[in-house]
Amino acid sequence: MLSFIAKRLLSGILLLVVVTSGTFFLAYLAVGDPTPGLLGNSATPAQQAALRAKIGYDQPVLVQFWNWLSHAATGDFGTSWRNFQPVADQIALRVPVTLSVVVFATLLSAVLGLVVGVVCGLRPGGVLDRVLKLASVVLFALPGFWVSLVLVMWFAIELRWFPAIGYVSPEQSVGDWLMSITLPSVSLALGAIVMVAEQLRNGFIQVANQDFVRTLRARGLSNRRVTTHVLRNASPAALTVLALMFVGLLGGAIVVEIVFNLPGIGSLTQSASQIGDIPVLLGLTAVTVVFVVIVNFLLDLVLGWVNPKVRER
Amino acid sequence: MTAAPFPAALAPVKRISLWRRYLRRPLGVVALAVLGVVVAAALLAPWLAPFDPNLVDFAITHAGPGDGHPLGGDSAGRDILSRLLYGAQTTLFGAVITCVAGLLLGVPAGVVAGYFGGVTDRVCSWISDALQSVPGMIVLLVVAAGTGQSFVVLMVALGVFMAPGYYRITRARALAVRKEPYIDAARVAGVTNPRILRTHMLRAVYAPIVVQTALTAGIAIGMQAGLQFLGIGSASTPSWGEMMNDGFKNMLTYPLILLWPSIALGVTIAALAFIGSTLADLISVRAEQPNRRARARVRQELAAPAPGDLPERVASGTHEHSVEDCALRVENLRVGYATQHGVKEVVRGVSLDAAPGEVLGIVGESGSGKTQTIFTVLDLLPSGGTAVADGIWVCGREVGKLSSGERAALLGRSIGYVPQEPMSNLDPCYTIEHQLVEPLRHVHGLSKAEARSRAREVLVRVGLTDPDRVLASYPHQISGGMAQRVLIAGAVAGRPSLLVADEPTTALDVTVQAEVLELLRELQQEYDMALVIVTHNFGVVADICDRVVVMKDGRIVETGPVERIFRRPEDPYTAELISASLDDTEGRDELDEVWARESAPDRPRSAAHVGGEDDAR
Repeated sequence: MLSFIAKRLLSGILLLVVVTSGTFFLAYLAVGDPTPGLLGNSATPAQQAALRAKIGYDQPVLVQFWNWLSHAATGDFGTSWRNFQPVADQIALRVPVTLSVVVFATLLSAVLGLVVGVVCGLRPGGVLDRVLKLASVVLFALPGFWVSLVLVMWFAIELRWFPAIGYVSPEQSVGDWLMSITLPSVSLALGAIVMVAEQLRNGFIQVANQDFVRTLRARGLSNRRVTTHVLRNASPAALTVLALMFVGLLGGAIVVEIVFNLPGIGSLTQSASQIGDIPVLLGLTAVTVVFVVIVNFLLDLVLGWVNPKVRER
Repeated sequence: MTAAPFPAALAPVKRISLWRRYLRRPLGVVALAVLGVVVAAALLAPWLAPFDPNLVDFAITHAGPGDGHPLGGDSAGRDILSRLLYGAQTTLFGAVITCVAGLLLGVPAGVVAGYFGGVTDRVCSWISDALQSVPGMIVLLVVAAGTGQSFVVLMVALGVFMAPGYYRITRARALAVRKEPYIDAARVAGVTNPRILRTHMLRAVYAPIVVQTALTAGIAIGMQAGLQFLGIGSASTPSWGEMMNDGFKNMLTYPLILLWPSIALGVTIAALAFIGSTLADLISVRAEQPNRRARARVRQELAAPAPGDLPERVASGTHEHSVEDCALRVENLRVGYATQHGVKEVVRGVSLDAAPGEVLGIVGESGSGKTQTIFTVLDLLPSGGTAVADGIWVCGREVGKLSSGERAALLGRSIGYVPQEPMSNLDPCYTIEHQLVEPLRHVHGLSKAEARSRAREVLVRVGLTDPDRVLASYPHQISGGMAQRVLIAGAVAGRPSLLVADEPTTALDVTVQAEVLELLRELQQEYDMALVIVTHNFGVVADICDRVVVMKDGRIVETGPVERIFRRPEDPYTAELISASLDDTEGRDELDEVWARESAPDRPRSAAHVGGEDDAR
């Protein structure tokens, strides 16, 4: 078990280093000289040179990379090139908002995906199953921000059931907080719900045709108990898809947050990208990859619990 | 053998081109037509668009439809229709770049990883997994950072994130194809690796790649619009995402500006998604579940009265005991499956019975309907199967007259079932203890402690010397022979009066086979059960059975006591079966003798010759 955790931790760190390094060089290639973007086109060459010296851009790229990496390893992501505030503080301020939306969306996907997947798996070819198939085709491809615009127009502006925009922190009011993240979460989750449901349904049908299910029935077990066995066997694939969906939701949240005017990492990413604020972008990348590593680690734990064979690998 | 009720492989495969089959799907045709319209709009934009997409006319700022501007003007006073048409150009151009980039990266890597395996595979798969665990949107925003971003570079970067989709699907196909015998044959024949990859692999992955491309294009268009919505992209290039952003800012006052690009985007993505799913449907061979109507039709056809006196429609087999004395009695059983070509009858009028304490063998080759017969007795036919009988009695109760709940209650209590393949019949996710205790508690109402001690007791009875270790084990931790003993323990733990065993020794080692048969015999005598044992092996019959039913093509050709059947088989098929299973061993012995003689030092060469003859026969 310990070696398992150590292995996952190492592979997580490796992923983190590879992705942030890749992003670092990608950003340098993409941005070029950041000072015009930061200062505007009216800045004089002297002003630009001063800024370059201040942010360390005048040093060789590899030196800058080493500086960033060695500081990041200690949790110091540097300061923004625009307002010289610590990157970590800016991100820490915004992460709770994004996490609220993404975690809520993941929970929705898990619960609704489970219910819909099992119902469809129990009656393949039924009405709900056919609806799911159609829905999964479209909702998988439609981007979250498109769905969110439709939902805003319908539920927030037409029906006025939910606030159209804005965020209320849970410290202020838990009810309002839930109301403010419901529409964003639902727009993000719709695609994930049908994906999880579809995966679970297919796994369910596949497992239900396996020999041991017949044997369980032959022992006289009730439908409900047999279903529990089938579900447990069918769940690993669905859980894996759910973890993949989490990654997708993190990315989708960036655009959806803009639509709902949520003060999450979305608007920070957008503005940092527009002016070429590389330290902020790198910090954002690192934080999201950390979340992904955590989720994948949890996934491995759950998979090991569900299927004993995995544990021994 | 037991899983496939009818030989699907023999169904005539009609080779109709994918394209023509596609055109038979209405949804697919509509989706394709919609995509065609979008493509046409993009290509013909310079001629179709009434205005220059960037021409600003302040008079039409926020204007509604009409007055030469069919869809009105946007917040900067530009013609929305013209911008939509040119936006289609941008959208499709970007999607093509993304798909091509994804294809060029993912497909070769997938083919190579799947074909060569090993380190290549591990490295490629790690990269693919890593790409999938990075939120692409953030990295794309990094790529787009600064001011000098190029649309083409951005779309290529998006393609990199789409590559894992291609990679996974290609690798899986390549892995599957690699294991095909014809690839081995090609290798043995000296065909070089690059050539095999080109000819065989690419052909095998072609269809799934087409499907993946339709899906990828849809997702890529969505992500592209998302980026444009965030303000990425040149201001002078009209794009749907940028138009949606403009509409979004004026959503409350001028919702129509948002509506048009949203419809264009949604419809295009939906069309691609439906094209992909229709293609996926066509290339995947999915067994459709027969609906209720199809089952009713099968039942009707099975139960149809015999036309005239066709011997085919008369029940086969005889009964030995009176109805009251039977542990099992089956009268004129028919089992059918709905196929595209009508009803396929796999059991065609079978009658048999077994008394308590009797061992009845059902013998026949694969596809003779023996397993289908006992699945009917268990009421556990595979989905799609329908059974009709004049009557089935289990322990003196007519099953057809019971409610489905009462029928289900027979299982585990009156009937025990020993399956064929031990490993696939244990749930891999639960311990043996759980699998034995669960029915004892919830079907037989024992307490947890009672159930556990009963399970332990039965495991000892079936000859497992270390029951506690077995109870704590998962199925993959025990051997096949142990697993079969566990399954027998599970079948007899509820003290049934009828034990049904489906080829209980076929999957086992020869040494274990005899022990398991002996165990079944002992248990049958100890609990005075009726044992119905399905087998294709007359050796098993000779070992254990009192009476035999010989089946062929879904009918019984002969029923009788074991000694009589062996001594004077009445049906030529029975005689053939007996000589096939018994002569086989004799023949092998003789052959061994010949082999030993021939391979003696004085005549070494003709030994190979004898083997060759044997193979030819």
